[in-house]
Amino acid sequence: MEEKLRIGVFVCNCGTNIGGFLDVPEVAEYSKTLPGVVYVKENLFTCSESGVNEIKEGIKNNNLNRVVVAACTPLTHEPTFRAACEEAGLNPYLFEFVNIREQCSWVHKNEREEATQKAKDLVRMGVARASKLEPKDRITAGVIPSALVIGGGISGLSAALSLANRGFKVKLIEKEKKLGGLVKSLYKIYPENINAEEYINQKINEVKKNKNINVFTSTEIKNVGGYIGNYKVKAENDKGNELNFDIGVIIVATGAKTLSPEGLFSYDGKKVIDMLQLEDKLKNDGISQYKNFVMILCAGSRNNERVYCSRICCMSAIKNALLIKEKNPESKIFILYRDLQAYGTTNEETLRRAKINGIRFVNYSLNKLPEVEDNTVRVYNEILGKELLIPADLIILATPLVAPEDNENLSKKLKVTLDENGFYLEAHIKLRPLDFSTNGIYVCGTAHWPASTEESTTQALGAAARSSIHLEKKYVMVEPIVSSVYYEDECRGCGLCASLCPSNAIEMVETPKGVKAKVIEVACRGCGICGASCYRHAIRMNHFSDEQIKAQIRAFLEE
Amino acid sequence: MSEDVLVIGGGIAGIQASLDLAEMGKKVYLVEKKPSIGGIMAQLDKTFPTNDCSI
Repeated sequence: MEEKLRIGVFVCNCGTNIGGFLDVPEVAEYSKTLPGVVYVKENLFTCSESGVNEIKEGIKNNNLNRVVVAACTPLTHEPTFRAACEEAGLNPYLFEFVNIREQCSWVHKNEREEATQKAKDLVRMGVARASKLEPKDRITAGVIPSALVIGGGISGLSAALSLANRGFKVKLIEKEKKLGGLVKSLYKIYPENINAEEYINQKINEVKKNKNINVFTSTEIKNVGGYIGNYKVKAENDKGNELNFDIGVIIVATGAKTLSPEGLFSYDGKKVIDMLQLEDKLKNDGISQYKNFVMILCAGSRNNERVYCSRICCMSAIKNALLIKEKNPESKIFILYRDLQAYGTTNEETLRRAKINGIRFVNYSLNKLPEVEDNTVRVYNEILGKELLIPADLIILATPLVAPEDNENLSKKLKVTLDENGFYLEAHIKLRPLDFSTNGIYVCGTAHWPASTEESTTQALGAAARSSIHLEKKYVMVEPIVSSVYYEDECRGCGLCASLCPSNAIEMVETPKGVKAKVIEVACRGCGICGASCYRHAIRMNHFSDEQIKAQIRAFLEE
Repeated sequence: MSEDVLVIGGGIAGIQASLDLAEMGKKVYLVEKKPSIGGIMAQLDKTFPTNDCSI
């Protein structure tokens, strides 16, 4: 016999975010009239400690068997409210979230009455769906205690070492012949001015000596299958040998490259060079013949084609200017900038030191770009309102870090997303800054966005820590919001679902009744593509069943 | 060696560190000198760039 519905509805004011734009007491009052609702409570902040306690007490005191919260988004607080249900002894999947903030109060700020009506409709639909919810258990699966780190630059090396030192096996894959990445081409690393080559070589040696790390150079990823805790990775080296790895977690540390300066500011690679070439000249004592240096910042960035700021160029220019002064105190250095980014505690101090040492900063604007002429740079100084002619023996362009073209290819294999600039995109900039939305895959360093050596290392250690949560725990728990071949007799084994599944979560298996689709639950992310594509309607989405969604739609049409 | 961890400071950094450690299965003691945890972030309304509420 079916249990009698006892639904509790909690309506959140979100301070004034909801309460300021629609009539929360009216929505709460209305909720009481809905079928199955036995308890209604209005909260100032349902997500606050007192709000969560009110849910728990509501469940206990009123024997609630369904909970509906009308508040913000599942992304921000679904885990909070599910946990509250669980702590009060209610299965967390008997909870329904109704969004009356992003989808209501915020977008109808000047229509109080209509917003209130819409909130009522949304709550009515939520209650209808809640009536059809079923209890579910989370899915658990084992985790292979080893990690794959893709990329052997400073980020990849640091992440690999951190994981290996915790006792986990690490496979480190680098597509170039040698480990070290961009840092290898630098002279000194800001801010301590440590020798870049010594520093990176020391890391490489540590990695090579570490028994927990296997290094594969000249090797590229061919295919990534499986899911968190159990990835199957195929790679290939330059000799054409195929390598197969069983992996628990993956860290993407593929780095970035500098924008090619070809075509910018009369670049010729001799008199007009880029910052990496300057690093090389500094390394090899190749600057003594020059006296007048001009650096042009934002060369090829913060323009229409490439809107972002590469973050690290201001400080690397200032660092190198100071190093030139150190080697050759007679030199004259001009830095042409649009805006200077000297954030944090040490950078501003370094900038001050550069000014004290006679390095001159000249502001220019995007509308009037500096022009490189024979032995001079012509620049319109925005602050003076005047054109300056600066003598120049060597002109250095600070081009931005850009995403390697290969990101496109690898991101598809890993099923992770890139941002509009081609860099890897994290799951959430604040809640999960080093995770991808695909569970078990992490990002660090300049693969993510332009970052200094220090920032890249910090991110690498963070990604290693985040990924080691699963390795340490040895199992993963996955949401039971997955598809199931619920009406197996209807399945004709056509394989359409398996071919469309973006998560490789469906396999075709031989059964006594013929070939049938089977869902690998731990790999399924509940996107619903298989359910929508199955023309036999054999597939049912757990927690988003047709029955639940139809109830919701019917409730909408009722009023 | 004791496997328990002490986290000093209950702002966003301390809270995230505690959560990750707890998730790893470590026992965490989170110490905050103020009467409530949350730090400066708990005083903010919406945080950049996603503009979600920070509480």
